[in-house]
Amino acid sequence: MPQTPMADKPLLTVRNMSISFSSPDEADIEAVRQVDLTLTPGKTLALVGESGCGKSVTARAVLRLLDKNAVIPSGEILFDTGQGAVDIAQLKPDSLAMRSIRGAEISMIFQEPMSSLSPVHTIGDQIDEIIILHDRVSPKQARERTVALLDQVGVPGARDRANAYPFELSGGLRQRAMIAMALACTPKLLIADEPTTALDVTTQAQILDLLRQLQDDYGMAMLFITHDLGVVAEVADDIAVMYLGDVVEQGDVYEVFRSPKHPYTQALMNSVPRLSRKADRQRLSPIKGTVPSPRDRPAGCAFTSRCPHAFAPCPDQRPERTQLSAGHVARCHLLTREPAEALA
Amino acid sequence: MLRFIFNRLIAMVLTLFAVSVVAFAIIQLPPGDYLTTYVATLNSNGDRVDPSTIEALRQQYGFGEPFLVQYWKWISGILGRGDFGQSFEWKAPVTTLIWGRLGNSILIEGLAVIAMWTIALPIGIYAAVRKYSLGDYLATIGGFIGLAVPNFLMALVLMYLSFVWFGTTIGGLFSPEFENAHWSLPRIWDFLSRAWAPVLVLATAGTAELIRILRANLLDELKKPYVTTARAKGLPEWKVILKYPVRVALNPLVSTIGWLLPTLVSSSVIVSVVLNLPTAGPLLLRSLTSQDMYLAGAIIMLLGILTVIGTLVSDLLLAWIDPRIRYGSK
Repeated sequence: MPQTPMADKPLLTVRNMSISFSSPDEADIEAVRQVDLTLTPGKTLALVGESGCGKSVTARAVLRLLDKNAVIPSGEILFDTGQGAVDIAQLKPDSLAMRSIRGAEISMIFQEPMSSLSPVHTIGDQIDEIIILHDRVSPKQARERTVALLDQVGVPGARDRANAYPFELSGGLRQRAMIAMALACTPKLLIADEPTTALDVTTQAQILDLLRQLQDDYGMAMLFITHDLGVVAEVADDIAVMYLGDVVEQGDVYEVFRSPKHPYTQALMNSVPRLSRKADRQRLSPIKGTVPSPRDRPAGCAFTSRCPHAFAPCPDQRPERTQLSAGHVARCHLLTREPAEALA
Repeated sequence: MLRFIFNRLIAMVLTLFAVSVVAFAIIQLPPGDYLTTYVATLNSNGDRVDPSTIEALRQQYGFGEPFLVQYWKWISGILGRGDFGQSFEWKAPVTTLIWGRLGNSILIEGLAVIAMWTIALPIGIYAAVRKYSLGDYLATIGGFIGLAVPNFLMALVLMYLSFVWFGTTIGGLFSPEFENAHWSLPRIWDFLSRAWAPVLVLATAGTAELIRILRANLLDELKKPYVTTARAKGLPEWKVILKYPVRVALNPLVSTIGWLLPTLVSSSVIVSVVLNLPTAGPLLLRSLTSQDMYLAGAIIMLLGILTVIGTLVSDLLLAWIDPRIRYGSK
């Protein structure tokens, strides 16, 4: 990865952000609690966690694409536009300021390439639209750029395929078209929400290669959401592990993978199957129990109910962010309390 | 696409053949025929009819012949000479009777369809986008009232109100002086100043239904991921909604245009009687009660043709706006 001089200046800083959903019949649900994330140009941050842990919600909040019943009661999302920082959390979702960031500065790739593209418009029309919207060029110029983009993301016969409808393309090609659309206005940040989950393994590897290569070409930051630790190892520079709305551990991907400090991260690593000789094989150790509903989340550490090391302060006191080394942070009482106290 | 149209045209001809057989069978179904009704009426008035005259008439109209022969005479007349036969009651060729009335029907009901769509589209979209808002509830209440109140009752209420409030009667399509005039600007104005009432009455139930269907369709579509994609592009919200989910939600509605016309024609019968409209509905009703079989048959046949053409048009429209159907037909 080429080191740019800008590399240390963060592009997007999410600080202390919470997201809660209101419903007319029930108490509000806090889906995301006090999340901190930092994205730098040219780097990829992988946001990892089980279904429903709040990773997609976090990503959507960055573009303010959440449903109407979601609010961001606290925290800030600072985005460096080049002319000073904008706090996205303070913008109105349908405001001009927000809309000029969407697609142009920050764009997003979605999980289902079939249902995320309009079934009744051609691929070309859907890509032209974003170019015309942000760069104010003629439809003809936009189409030229669309064809070039489709070509760049590896769609064969790009000029003809631009006139194809999504249902006429394979899943891999659709996702490539989706990527072309996201890159159309050379965004500074690309959010990829499980872009390979709906694809088969071969296509998945191709798409990951493509994303990495495009990131090198454009020097953009990438927020990569996935639940697949194999994918994380392949694309990420940094990792943030989420559990039930909390980022429990985050840091450099090699360091976190080598020495996970939070019991949840450790448990995740242990539940990945490894290829080994018969004699060396060990049983996979799954995480016991199931994820509780956010309504039943303990007031303290969210992982208490399933943590093998849970002790006195866990259910009631929220563990603080503990700095373990440069950039490696975890939230766990085991890291701050004396081991003796933990064992007692 | 051409192949698609060709296939549809063939299917259409076959359907029309079936419709003609059924139409003819239906008008033959009631026991007796026009002459029986005619003789009964005369007898009840105390008139005596010579049985030989009746027999002569029966021969002349071909009533005694088998079904197939009668059908052949009827259909060959229509296809060969455009002759739909003779109306017994009006003592005139069916063709001279129905064209004007059918034209009025199509005009009034076409306007009703246009009114339905122009009223229902914005309301339906609003109700879906602002789900559970005050406006949505008002649209729902209004919609259910529109669905529940029979059209003819609505017509009666409207007539009463316009008489009480404005001192005018609404009814008919033209003022007496324009009744038989040629089309001209004053006649169009006269027509429009009278037609709004029947158009409105006829459109109410359909509008209410359209609003409900559009709202339900759109609510499904609004949650689809492609809407989020469109938003993530940076499009303004109104453009996101109109260009993507509304476009998809319209597809099932477009396919209903076809059978909207015949439904309107048959549902407009009572309204037409109440409002004294010179449309095809009352003529059909009258011809059926008096067993004026060729007139009834012609109207039923033409309604069938309207339905089939309407369906073809809506299929073509649907294929035009939805690529999935266009390419699926290959």
